[in-house]
Amino acid sequence: MSTDTSSPDGADAAADDAPTRAELAARVDELEEALGDVATGDDGKKMSIIATKGTLDMAYPPLILASTAAAFGYEVTVFHTFWGLDILHEERSENLQLSSVGNPNMPMPNAVAALPGMDRVTTRMMRKRIADNDTASIKELFETSLDMGVEFQACQMTIELMGYDEDDFYDGVTTGVGAATALQDMAEADIQLLV
Amino acid sequence: MSAEYDIAETLDVKGASCPMPVVKTKGAIDDLSAGEVLEVVATDSGSVSDIDGWASGTAGVELIGQEEGGDVYKHYVRKTE
Repeated sequence: MSTDTSSPDGADAAADDAPTRAELAARVDELEEALGDVATGDDGKKMSIIATKGTLDMAYPPLILASTAAAFGYEVTVFHTFWGLDILHEERSENLQLSSVGNPNMPMPNAVAALPGMDRVTTRMMRKRIADNDTASIKELFETSLDMGVEFQACQMTIELMGYDEDDFYDGVTTGVGAATALQDMAEADIQLLV
Repeated sequence: MSAEYDIAETLDVKGASCPMPVVKTKGAIDDLSAGEVLEVVATDSGSVSDIDGWASGTAGVELIGQEEGGDVYKHYVRKTE
């Protein structure tokens, strides 16, 4: 790049300052070690999930991925907002519903699915399938994840928006957090997911 | 076949489905000492790929064998550190 015509003095000074071969080798070793820490860094792996949905089907993915990532040694944070708060809500989490409308894969036309009580029917069918398949319950996945060190956060703004109280949530849930906390977690994470 | 491994502990996750076989394997491995082998007995066919993937992506564990017999899948995981 240099198009300057350096003075002979400047060139001599540069030559004097040039690192020796041994110094360069030591520097390369140092950098390789640092790079190795960055590349493998098993202890530093992080995952950040934003859970925004509270239907029975959509409550599963964040919890399944959170517990699995914790098993891989990831430090996991799940930030729950809007309907995602219901997953952490002691009372409501036991009663998550599956919608019978809006999903063309449901074995009934939307006109029928929209009848009163149909969400209860589809929810009951799904719960039976979950039990028959020995799929873990939402509560079991939540408790397992918590035991494994997953941090569950309940968004303060939406707690108030939904008319919930901080005491409504399971023990171990972090409250008093907002978008900036979530963003910071996402910025530091290797994996970020919005569910 | 399984006699070739010196098994320290057996984890029975028969009936459990994703993600529990991996999650419980992780818990059981944590209780072992370095060098010990955990046998995981599962019925979830997805556990073959999942435990392999977990062992590859997790520090301090090594998958040393997998066996299929009937509807049962056996996984042998050694704790390396």
